[in-house]
Amino acid sequence: MSPALEVRGLRFTYPDGRLALGGIELTVEEGQRVAVLGPNGAGKTTLALHLNGILRGSGSITVDGLELNDDNLDEIRRRVGLVFQDANDQLFMPTVAEDVAFGPANLGLAGAELEERVAAALRQVNAADLARRPPHHLSGGEKRSAAIATALAMEPQMLVLDEPTSGLDPLGRRELVETLQALDMTLLIITHDLPFALELCERSVIVDGGEVVATGATPDILANDALLRRHRLEMPFGFRKDNA
Amino acid sequence: MGAGHTHALYVHEHSPIHRLPPQVKIAAAVLFVFSVAVTPREAIWAFAGYAVAIAALSRISRVGLHFLLIRLVGVVPFIAFAFLIPFIASGQQVEVLGISVSQEGLQAAWNIIAKATIGASTSILLAGTTEIPDILAGMARLKVPVVFTSIAGFMIRYLGLIVDEIGRMRVAMTARGYDPRWLWQAKPIAQSAGAMFIRSYERGERVHDAMVARGYRGEMPELRRREPTVREWLLGAMLPLFGISVMVAAMVTT
Repeated sequence: MSPALEVRGLRFTYPDGRLALGGIELTVEEGQRVAVLGPNGAGKTTLALHLNGILRGSGSITVDGLELNDDNLDEIRRRVGLVFQDANDQLFMPTVAEDVAFGPANLGLAGAELEERVAAALRQVNAADLARRPPHHLSGGEKRSAAIATALAMEPQMLVLDEPTSGLDPLGRRELVETLQALDMTLLIITHDLPFALELCERSVIVDGGEVVATGATPDILANDALLRRHRLEMPFGFRKDNA
Repeated sequence: MGAGHTHALYVHEHSPIHRLPPQVKIAAAVLFVFSVAVTPREAIWAFAGYAVAIAALSRISRVGLHFLLIRLVGVVPFIAFAFLIPFIASGQQVEVLGISVSQEGLQAAWNIIAKATIGASTSILLAGTTEIPDILAGMARLKVPVVFTSIAGFMIRYLGLIVDEIGRMRVAMTARGYDPRWLWQAKPIAQSAGAMFIRSYERGERVHDAMVARGYRGEMPELRRREPTVREWLLGAMLPLFGISVMVAAMVTT
């Protein structure tokens, strides 16, 4: 069986000549939950934007055996759901229901089938009651749920989330953990929130300088103080051996 | 009610006019305003007829005359100039309340004020009975190019965010002792307008990424599609039919 995601030698240079990705190598098995850790500017978001073909670098990206190219962009975008860091970027339609419907409508769904898809996606994030609300009246946690529903409505095989805990209050963060734990799919989660990674992801990779510099079981990665320190990461106060 | 999915001009009610499909209401409003605009200004009775129609509509739609009149205040700045015309126009002079004014100017002012008021009332009634996304969907169904309806939709969606952002910038300036009083202190505001432009532009790019990520290929999906029935078109046609009849009668009699 082919892995859920296989990235080989992915390189990308910004138009101004700055190297963003310098040969990313990454394999994610089906059903795995993988945290992508790393300092600011390491290339994590740039990597995410490559995974469903918004940015196109050199190298290869294969999603469940299908190699990303010009001919299958639509199918890749259906398979890989992207949840952006700022939910306001993701919620651009007048109401949540229409926003959730946007993706599947682009896939050609309509009528009762589309409505059912929207309702199912909202149920998955416990947000059925948000359907008729306009995005600008939602709280941070509600926006996050709605944004995840917009990606789930495509019925993706894999969800890529960029900093999903940013801006959430502690209870919102807890609800997000529960929502994501209930999803039966491959997850790639970019985060600075190391306890969040530990709770949710069995595996972590560290990206720094546009390359994957470490990969392993999340508890092992997070216990390696020297490794974390080298890449501008550290467990929060109270979680470290010296002050726990 | 409303769960917040309303705008300041919308009146949350359940009237026959609220229920009409948006494209019917938009077409009716545009045709009615057109007939008002070309009605000869001398036919004062015609404008009285239009006003009665507006009053009747405000009752049927439960938007209410009070709401209508308050919203109409918004038109005043645009027609303020009209009040000056009788005093500055030349031609035959007449006495009004002991003041000598130009007759030609008086007619011109009447023309602007009457037509602007009825036109604005019509659009207030349209907005009062139709939510913004429905107005945009209705325009799209009336073959307004999707690029216009999309731009309007995004503007409405993101205007609040931009205003919030400007507010935060303003607070950040005040917090560092910038509290402008005079025009020559405006430089930081001009600079922040530039920063706002860049930020909005960057957000536009991110929103576009988010759209592409969900299969956007340059065409917005039609999510609010509803075909009006013949009965609904006929109901909607009543207002422009009335308007056009009055207009034709006014043209014939003057």
